[in-house]
Amino acid sequence: MTDPLAPPQKKNPQKRSTSPTRPPELRSRAALGLSAAAAEGRFALQQCSECGTVQYPPRDACHACLGTDLPWRDQDPHGTLLAETTVRTSTRLYFRERAPWRVGSVKLNAGPVILCHIHGDCPREGEVRILNRLDRSGQGVLLALPIERTQNMEDDPVMRSLSCDPNHRRVLVSDGRNPNALALVEHLFKAGAAKVFVGESETWRPNPAGADLAAAGAEVLSLDLTDTASVRQLAGEIGGKTDILINNARFLRPGGALARDDTAFAQQEMEINYLGLVRLAQAFGPGMCARTSDGVNSAVAWVNILSVYALSSDPGFGCYSASNAAAYSLSQSLRAEFRDSGLRVMNVYCGPTEDEWYQLLPPPKVTPAALARSVIAGLQDGLEDVWCGDVAKDIRERWRRDPKILEREMTMGQEEA
Amino acid sequence: MSRQSYEGVAIVAPYSHPYVRYSVDTAHWWIAKALRGSLDAAGLKPADLDGFCVSSFTLFPDTAVGLTQHLGLTPRWLDHIPMGGASGVVALRRAARAVQAGDADIVACVAGDTNHIDSFRNMLSSFSRFAMDASYPYGFGGPNANFALLTDRYMREYGATRADFGRICVAQRSNAMRYPNAVMKKPLSLDDYLNARPIADPIALFDCVMPCAGSECFLVMSEEEAIRRALPYACLDGAIERHNAHADDPIQLRGGWTMDIDELYAMAGRAPADIDLLQTYDDYPVISMMQIEDLGFCGKGEGPAFVRRHDLTIDGTFPHNTSGGQLSAGQAGAAGGYIGLVEALRQVTGTAGNTQVPAAGCAMVSGFGMINFDRGVCSAAAIISEGARI
Amino acid sequence: MTGLSEFAEAIAKGALRVVDLTHTLDPDFPVIILPPEFGQCARFRMEEISAYDHRGPAWKWHNISMSEHTGTHFDAPSHWISGRDVPYGSVDEISPDRLIGAVVVIDCSAGAAENDDHELTVEIIHAWETEHGPVPRDAWVLMRTDWSKRRGADYLNMRDDGPHSPGPTPDAIRYLIEERDIRGFGTETIGTDAGQGSHYTPPYPAHFYLHGAGKFGLQCLNNLDQLPPTGALLVAAPLKIKGGTGSPLRVLAVVPS
Repeated sequence: MTDPLAPPQKKNPQKRSTSPTRPPELRSRAALGLSAAAAEGRFALQQCSECGTVQYPPRDACHACLGTDLPWRDQDPHGTLLAETTVRTSTRLYFRERAPWRVGSVKLNAGPVILCHIHGDCPREGEVRILNRLDRSGQGVLLALPIERTQNMEDDPVMRSLSCDPNHRRVLVSDGRNPNALALVEHLFKAGAAKVFVGESETWRPNPAGADLAAAGAEVLSLDLTDTASVRQLAGEIGGKTDILINNARFLRPGGALARDDTAFAQQEMEINYLGLVRLAQAFGPGMCARTSDGVNSAVAWVNILSVYALSSDPGFGCYSASNAAAYSLSQSLRAEFRDSGLRVMNVYCGPTEDEWYQLLPPPKVTPAALARSVIAGLQDGLEDVWCGDVAKDIRERWRRDPKILEREMTMGQEEA
Repeated sequence: MSRQSYEGVAIVAPYSHPYVRYSVDTAHWWIAKALRGSLDAAGLKPADLDGFCVSSFTLFPDTAVGLTQHLGLTPRWLDHIPMGGASGVVALRRAARAVQAGDADIVACVAGDTNHIDSFRNMLSSFSRFAMDASYPYGFGGPNANFALLTDRYMREYGATRADFGRICVAQRSNAMRYPNAVMKKPLSLDDYLNARPIADPIALFDCVMPCAGSECFLVMSEEEAIRRALPYACLDGAIERHNAHADDPIQLRGGWTMDIDELYAMAGRAPADIDLLQTYDDYPVISMMQIEDLGFCGKGEGPAFVRRHDLTIDGTFPHNTSGGQLSAGQAGAAGGYIGLVEALRQVTGTAGNTQVPAAGCAMVSGFGMINFDRGVCSAAAIISEGARI
Repeated sequence: MTGLSEFAEAIAKGALRVVDLTHTLDPDFPVIILPPEFGQCARFRMEEISAYDHRGPAWKWHNISMSEHTGTHFDAPSHWISGRDVPYGSVDEISPDRLIGAVVVIDCSAGAAENDDHELTVEIIHAWETEHGPVPRDAWVLMRTDWSKRRGADYLNMRDDGPHSPGPTPDAIRYLIEERDIRGFGTETIGTDAGQGSHYTPPYPAHFYLHGAGKFGLQCLNNLDQLPPTGALLVAAPLKIKGGTGSPLRVLAVVPS
């Protein structure tokens, strides 16, 4: 078993916050496939399409037959621990500050030998299970776990560093008026969050969920993503203790460009779905980036809840899709802007949700609880991309296969009689 | 088809430029120092060279090509060997063939590196693509953790103890006490070794080499040339190299030597018992132990018993790494691939001074290099013997 | 024309007092809420362009955005469908002489204190006229409710069946227009109509009748408790927006000290 993490002490105001350091980020282009798989929590390795040999480390030609078509495929994540060491010093600051730590070599059932981090609960010899996780540089690294779950295993220091676990952390949910806010709050507390702040816009009009949010233990605070001053004010108040920010704000109206004769809704969609994200990032980003090495409750993740139609427009919600495409694009920029700090940007791509604006769409639709579960699981697994609901997974699959074909599928009309 | 011998080749003028822990000078400076040292020893001018071979990690952005202009050399045969610990033997093999074939008359083989405060760390981050992708991200700050894994596995597999590795290190330190250029001059006891600060279990401080700056050089020419110039010289009786051997072994418990060692002895017309001293590549003691096995001095897994049975010092029953090796003289980058060979050349030409092994007529030198990912990829070995002493 | 110098001097010496009937434009000030499938009234927003910094070293300024009907604002006839064909019905077309005029105040604060849906009825107007004389022709009529003293959610007073705030009955508005030919009607609430005004026939009678008759509206007024029932002068000049249906504005009243 792992020693459970102690809840963090209150911050000593006389002590300087530790500056963020990072594990090595540089990788070959081929190796980025491991990061891409880790972004979704998959254990994948290159496999030669000609002879089937699984490859590691990543390379550009098969070491068995010189084939050059080496697609990344999910692999059996089990293997046998061959040797291990506890490293006690490093020339790299990130590791030096975290010494000692365990690394080892594992012979995978899939064939290759890997070097990897070793969970503290792994026995010295025998079978292990491999996770592919993003490290604080956002690159995929491999971690060997014991076959059976152990008590508090998430609290292992290496495993904790490879996750964005809400346990002991303080979370801001940006929009208390979104129907998913209550489920997010409840699931965050269940996952051990120390505090959940919920933003509420336009406190001068009732929020039907307000009482429930407070009853669930959330601190409801004034926050309007369309109002720069409001965003800055809240950042001034709680920016220094926001460890995870979940931007669930959404403005959604049906229709594409021709659905209306004005830009009012499109503008509002951009104001909230896109510019709201810009305002949040400007106000909360720098403070969070400065606190990514701040102990047990360090700042760790920025979560955007996006429509999966950010990737390919649903013309029935054309302007809304466009605003989400803008937010999606900005999330990629934020990944670069936050990179030096190690602050993770996690996008949750969601299919149609079970609420008033998708009333006329047939099921399956994403319930608030399902969304909340996806968000929590994604944080615990340290993911960058989470696909919530059957529709989102379906769109992802089609988008991967051919974005142009998906576009045609999405934009084709009904056959005329 | 049997290999052609290295008959008629002479190796002369071994020179080691004294190592320092840190240097503000560049690899170019260090290489020039060693080259000058060998040329002076042979009474030659740079213009007398028509072959040049270099190994260095810190020359960037230069290669051997840039060095010709930088050092004012006009060779008709040029090589750059990036094989780390195997560089010395490999350079010798190639230079010998060039001289035999008449492609060059006098070849200088040189290796050297500087060591700035941060250059070791910088080198690690870009050592190889596989290291960059698959070991450095796990905090493998250099080969410490790699060798910790090999040592861990070796100990489990063959019952070696830390004290067995300690015997190798303690003997080398005792040799280094007699080698004027060694960086580590403090006596080392087995207790010191066992109680040292752990680095990456089971490896502790005295299992690790100390990165430093330094350079090594020797010249290759025909025997006629050496005799004409009245230079003491060594002969090359045989040499092997092998890369990426035993790729299917899940972890490295043997090196490429096992594929070629019989051929090496056959070529030299010698047996292990004929070897008067052994210079292994010793960045960690476990790899020296594996070389003792793989080069035929004992069976696989018998290394621990072998080192318990033998005295590895200069005056012992099995003289090994007589200048202290990298473990005690220091690891000067690519010069670490030369240190054993240059010392062996001094030994068989009777010019080793304080470290001279009595009756050192025949020496084996082996090289091992380049932890590309999880193991060393290059292996090489040579047998050299006394040609003429002055 | 005489008297303007005296007028200015009276203000300067305090014999006449200028009362500011305007709320501060503030991002948090409520706006009317319509069902979400309708277009909405934009809230007041302010973005800093520079503040004596790298974005502009010697000056500070903001870009602002809002609806024509945000904050203390003026409704022109063209705001409502009934007024869409009224001549000179948009703010830029209104004759400037109609922007300054007499004002009377009908105090409904006692009723509003008891009932959020308090109505201004013809009976109440009659009672006021009994005391103060007939509402003068072409005067502004302001309905005082002290609603401007409310803050936060109490101001809009939104419930599940919509907002609840005082306003005029259809008959009261028709009386003021048809019998008294007023210039305009103003309130302290978010609209000239009651919060539940959509349930009258016609819906939103103040908007419907006032603008159909070419009259003006003022809403979100402040400080009406500082005005006398009669005898004050009102200055209400909307921004000159081309084709504008209304405008945020500074509303001033001049009253005897």
